[in-house]
Amino acid sequence: MSAVLQTRGLVKCFGRFVATNDVNLSVRAGARHALIGPNGAGKTTLINLLTGFLDPSAGDVLLKGEVVTRLPQHRRVQRGLVRTFQINRLFADLTVLESVLMAVNERLGLGARFWRPVGAFGQAVDEAATVLQNLNLLEVAHERTRNLPYGKQRLVEIALALAARPEVLLLDEPAAGVPAGESRELFETIAQLPPDVTVLLIEHDMDLVFRFADRISVLVNGGLLTEGEPDAIARDPRVKEVYLGEAISG
Amino acid sequence: MAVASLAEMARPGVDPTALTRAARWQWAEWVFWLMPLIAYFAFPQNLVFLSQIAITALFCLSLDLILGYAGIVSLGHTAFFGVGAYTAGLLASHGHGEPLLGLFGAAACAAGLGFVSSFLVLRGADLTRLMVTLGVSMMLFEAANKLTDLTGGVDGLQGITVEPLLGRFSFDLYGKTAFWYSFIVLFLLFWVARRLVHSPVGLSLRGIRQNVGRMPALGTPVNRRLAAIYTVGAAYAGVAGALLAQTTQFVAVDVLAFPRSAELLLMLVLGGAGNLYGALLGAIVFMTARHLLSDLNPQYWQFWLGMLLVLIVLFARDGIVGGLRRAARRLSRSRR
Repeated sequence: MSAVLQTRGLVKCFGRFVATNDVNLSVRAGARHALIGPNGAGKTTLINLLTGFLDPSAGDVLLKGEVVTRLPQHRRVQRGLVRTFQINRLFADLTVLESVLMAVNERLGLGARFWRPVGAFGQAVDEAATVLQNLNLLEVAHERTRNLPYGKQRLVEIALALAARPEVLLLDEPAAGVPAGESRELFETIAQLPPDVTVLLIEHDMDLVFRFADRISVLVNGGLLTEGEPDAIARDPRVKEVYLGEAISG
Repeated sequence: MAVASLAEMARPGVDPTALTRAARWQWAEWVFWLMPLIAYFAFPQNLVFLSQIAITALFCLSLDLILGYAGIVSLGHTAFFGVGAYTAGLLASHGHGEPLLGLFGAAACAAGLGFVSSFLVLRGADLTRLMVTLGVSMMLFEAANKLTDLTGGVDGLQGITVEPLLGRFSFDLYGKTAFWYSFIVLFLLFWVARRLVHSPVGLSLRGIRQNVGRMPALGTPVNRRLAAIYTVGAAYAGVAGALLAQTTQFVAVDVLAFPRSAELLLMLVLGGAGNLYGALLGAIVFMTARHLLSDLNPQYWQFWLGMLLVLIVLFARDGIVGGLRRAARRLSRSRR
């Protein structure tokens, strides 16, 4: 089993509060891995540690076998570790196309070009258009992000991540706040990601998790409780006790 | 129609003209750049003043690059203006009066200071930035004040002899050469800045200003970008300072003084930050208003200026340019 993303004894303390407690996570290449746990279990903190948004108090993060614990965020993105945010963190006054182009430009190494206009870089514009087409965003390409309905904005969030061509994609509650009808569209999009893209998903909706994931890790009070195949997790009495309860048995 | 849809099938199409449209020169811009030429013939008695406007506009443009595009607030931008002025002044007073050499020297020194101080400025948030920029400019002011052997201190740097521009156009009493020199340098640097803000780097700067926290997750090296634009802004300010030193053949220590930084910020807010023309219009309106009001009412003109400033930040946050845009939109809507 080749782990594309790993943590070794990862710890994060905020003062005396231990948000992440000695986590040894291993995400297999190509996996559809879900990270579940009750509110406050430290799921988003873990994502923040993996991506370099936060520095750990102890332990290491390994990406494709290399320690990346001290790498700044943008370097990890350049190495293929890309995330989405639970709460929309978009560019309200940029158009959808401009937003996605920023990510494409960085990946193609065009981000620091300062002489020719943005639209003159044909390859970047084409790639941005392809990303938008795959997410059904092409018709709003020239809309300002602030003018889009919330469901579409969540798609832009994912488009920004895909534009960076992730090898490992961390999705932090991609459907948070999206009405039920639109969240199905969102998950179809996620399900259609190429199989060689590894996905680590945080999600509250257990139906979605069990339909989507081939591996599940359960996080409780900052530590890993257990990890396994969806069936095994669904049967695990400890998991039922701390978290799932009626969602599984009922 | 059919052709367009075929092309769309061939590859996913977004209309790149929508991206390049903003980068293309519009008629209103050409009209704007005709204004200085008209002013040259309309006010031949005021060429010195017109050059001062051009120099101030360039200075204001340099602040717009760092504040309007990169979102770095500064209360000490005149540090770079002053360094540029002293560099050009010292070169000229030590026998290197070739104007373009002075400009390049000033740009290099100011850029060097900008690059070094960018590491201090980028460390903190807004308040830190205000204090660091203010502190750096205060230190430079006192240094220039004390180093009388080098700078002349409060008496100013004298003995500046500027050679004819390109060996041909000497700086005359009426300010003709000074006018064309300042105006052309302003236009060229504006043109460069305009290219820069419409390029990928300009786009990433807009992204940084709108949501700095999201940018690293797109793969953007935020601090490197900010350091770069801060350095460019510093170089621009240095050139503006050099132009002042060369066209007036004098450098007063107040090129480094706080009021100049504060006024500059005021001009940019007045004109509207983040679109280049706001900086130019802000400088023009401010300088003209001061010129007229201080003649009319020498004691109290700052009162009216202060009131104008309060009204602008309360009712027209995007300044003159924002107001003009809204008016143009309303006009085109009522015409329809």
